[in-house]
Amino acid sequence: MSKSASRLSAAQSPRARRRRIVSGVFAGACVLATLVALAALALILWELVARGVPALSLDLFTVDQPAPGSLGGLRNAIVGSIEMCALGMVIALVVGVLAGTWLAEYGRKGRLATVVRFFNDVLLAAPSILVGLFVYEIMVAPFGGFSGYAGAVALAFLATPIVVRTTEDMLSLQPDALREAGMALGAGRGFVIRTVIWRAAGPGILTGGLLALARISGETAPLLFTSLGNQFLAANPSDPMASLPTTIFQFALSAFPDWQQLAWAGALLIALAVLLANIAGRLIGSRRHRP
Amino acid sequence: MNRRMILALGAVAMVSGLSGCGGKSGAANALNGAGATFPAPVYAKWAETYRSAKSVAVNYQAIGSGGGIKQIEAKTVDFGASDKPLKPEELEKNGLYQFPTVIGGVVPVINLPGIKPGQVRLTGQALADIFQGKVKTWNDPEIASLNAGVALPKLPITVVHRSDGSGTSFMFTSYLASQSAGWKSAVGASDTVNWPTGLGGKGNDGVSAFVQQTVGAIGYVEYAYAKQNGATYALLRNQAGNYPAPTADAFAAAAAGADWSKAPGNYIMLIDQPGQDTWPISGATFILMHKQPKDAARAKAVLAFFDWAYTSGDDTAKKLDYVPLPDSVKAMVRQQWQTSIVANGKPVYTRRPSKP
Amino acid sequence: MTATTQGRVAPGNLAETVFRIACASAATLLLAALAGVIVSLAIGGWPVLSTFGFGFLTSSEWNPVTDVYGAAGPIVGTLITAFLALILALPLALGVSLFLVEFCPPALARPVAVAVELLAGIPSIVYGMWGLFVFAPWFAAHVQVPLLLAAGDDTWWGKLVQGVPNGANIFTASVILAIMILPYMSSVFRELFLTVPATLREAAYGLGCTPFETARSVLIPYVRRSMIGVVMLGLGRALGETMAVTFIIGNAHGFPHSMFDSGSTLASTIANEFAEATGALHGAALMALGLVLFCITFGVLAIARLLIGEKAA
Repeated sequence: MSKSASRLSAAQSPRARRRRIVSGVFAGACVLATLVALAALALILWELVARGVPALSLDLFTVDQPAPGSLGGLRNAIVGSIEMCALGMVIALVVGVLAGTWLAEYGRKGRLATVVRFFNDVLLAAPSILVGLFVYEIMVAPFGGFSGYAGAVALAFLATPIVVRTTEDMLSLQPDALREAGMALGAGRGFVIRTVIWRAAGPGILTGGLLALARISGETAPLLFTSLGNQFLAANPSDPMASLPTTIFQFALSAFPDWQQLAWAGALLIALAVLLANIAGRLIGSRRHRP
Repeated sequence: MNRRMILALGAVAMVSGLSGCGGKSGAANALNGAGATFPAPVYAKWAETYRSAKSVAVNYQAIGSGGGIKQIEAKTVDFGASDKPLKPEELEKNGLYQFPTVIGGVVPVINLPGIKPGQVRLTGQALADIFQGKVKTWNDPEIASLNAGVALPKLPITVVHRSDGSGTSFMFTSYLASQSAGWKSAVGASDTVNWPTGLGGKGNDGVSAFVQQTVGAIGYVEYAYAKQNGATYALLRNQAGNYPAPTADAFAAAAAGADWSKAPGNYIMLIDQPGQDTWPISGATFILMHKQPKDAARAKAVLAFFDWAYTSGDDTAKKLDYVPLPDSVKAMVRQQWQTSIVANGKPVYTRRPSKP
Repeated sequence: MTATTQGRVAPGNLAETVFRIACASAATLLLAALAGVIVSLAIGGWPVLSTFGFGFLTSSEWNPVTDVYGAAGPIVGTLITAFLALILALPLALGVSLFLVEFCPPALARPVAVAVELLAGIPSIVYGMWGLFVFAPWFAAHVQVPLLLAAGDDTWWGKLVQGVPNGANIFTASVILAIMILPYMSSVFRELFLTVPATLREAAYGLGCTPFETARSVLIPYVRRSMIGVVMLGLGRALGETMAVTFIIGNAHGFPHSMFDSGSTLASTIANEFAEATGALHGAALMALGLVLFCITFGVLAIARLLIGEKAA
């Protein structure tokens, strides 16, 4: 920075002009990058809407998936997806919040905590098809049957690391003064965590949960060998269960136009659900998280 | 809060415990099958009709032939399905029995400017040389000599194959191996091979998209897929020296020409069968079951479903561009059911004399 | 952390103990889960690893008919696509996040941020199909063909752009991957930039810095270590992505010879072939690919950890 030159003369020097131009180019590049990202989104969404909207109707929610040439909807897949995602999220939230709490409050910088944290990141990047195969080995093959429960556990595997990470991050953001204040009143450490810290970090953890939900709601690969899929409505998770992504996968690659259209409608439904979850998460999260 | 946490943990424990009871038993009105992708649409249609007629839900999921074989061996499903018949010794090893359901075929599709469906004629040897990368342009003498009078452009050939393991690739490579010694020794026949050239698309969809997007491309797809999409197909020379169009009749001719009774374990491939109008790349798709099922009631229900499909499912199959089995083959399979699938020394399923 | 917060659990306080044990066992469960996945892969892949030994990693021959397997092709494909995706996504993610932090009108910031994050919620198969039906043909017609026509066969860049002009190649796969990891990277970058103390930024502007100079000299240096970690995590996601890549990479075993040649990745090979793998070693070979992928992920994350330091964890 020019210390001696006055602002006025600096603004008129060639060097200042160059700085202004560089900065302008930089701003333009940033805007361009954002436009590229938004354009990609718009193009993909347009494809989803153009191909999926014609198949949107009430039948989509009230009728089960059809065979080619029959009329039908995606009720069995929607119900299955909701049940398995909900069950998976319950498991992920319980395990993830507890593990994240351990990392942030008990393990902290210990060696074990470092290892757990690292492994959690590895799980975060694990290819989902391998997770599905593992759950198949521990839950499907030994008990002789595909089930919605197995699908939910596979999804939980994918959601938990995200919850762990956000929980730990959010808890670490809470000032130690909060903890000390609670304990100064004579409360136990765990009690303070549950009543004070969790409450303070709640919206942030919820945001993490919603991100995790977004991730698992579109997963196909881990469900193929766990929940298998079901052509008919199965409300009981101990049976093989349909899910939107597996149904989309099957229909999208088929030869039949009516199936292909249902596949796009299903993909549109997932994108809309994720959008809603994301907006809800942001609204809740922003109340506290954003300074 | 604490109590709630313990309750939640308890719930997780229950969930994992319950999953142990996920294994199926008892009620035979909800059956599960898994395997080959190729017949999935027709099984879905049969199941839909069967459910409204008989209140039995037959849930079939397309996870691939390999998956179907593995899952029936692991007894996680009531029946498996495969596009690739198992050899008799493989069946024996796992105590399995297989029977065919419907027939389909594989069709080479091309993308050449100005060329209409059925205008280009190929032999098995020429097709093998193309897929081996030996024939590189469309005006190569090997192709031109088969196509007198067709203006073949001087375009490089782009080979498109399936990237995913598939029964379609198995049929296609089996055909090439049967026609070309060079292909047989250098590449071989399987559901996934070490392709000498070209690029892979995922599923029929991926292959068809790449062929359509690449001028000078050649690929192969299931007959149903080629027909639904109005693809530009090439003709193939059959054993009789004719070039039949790939139609349902040409596939049925392949099944009719084969000698099923001399195929132990129903191990039969309909590659290059005799007959004037036989399409050379045809094949049946198979159902796999245990010879001595763990649960006789469920095995019985499965056979009842396929018996019904044999009787009432032909029209449905035709509408979806599958070819039904000849009646003689159906009768033979029904006979086999009496002796092949037994529990406590008795046939699991006995067909009622009256029409079901 | 202070001594008081490290306080011991009062003996006899059952609820405290139960809670602590519950937290610790949840953390242990995570370890067990990952260990389980790795052990099951190692067991599943062992037949192939013991048959081919180290050659499994260096051979590029992949032949299910003769049961000979080498992972070099997919390993190279995985690394190339992931790094290329990163190179494409990094400037975009930086641009988007700096736009949101520095230039965007406040009223627009939230909708734009939500929109970019929505990219993360689109199912992978949709990316694949969009890539196959929309992006690949466009790319072939408007990028690949002009480049092919402009380049001579003998120039180095002519060799680089050789390939069948249909858009199914490692470069288009990388572009799709870049779009997929972009939302993750840009939103975490944004979070990081927002942690830069306002006083620092204001000081920079007060000295007369332009936004570019502020970003270059203040924002980015302040969060550099954490940024590298985020980049590595994005790389991790790109390494493991399956479905979208499978649609568009062309799925040829062996090494790609140019940027526009088909290739394959570890994850795409597993997804492609697992359903039909019935050969003696075929299934085991795919499991071994999974193990290799895990090892690569491990390595990438370990480097990320070293660079990011425990501070930002």
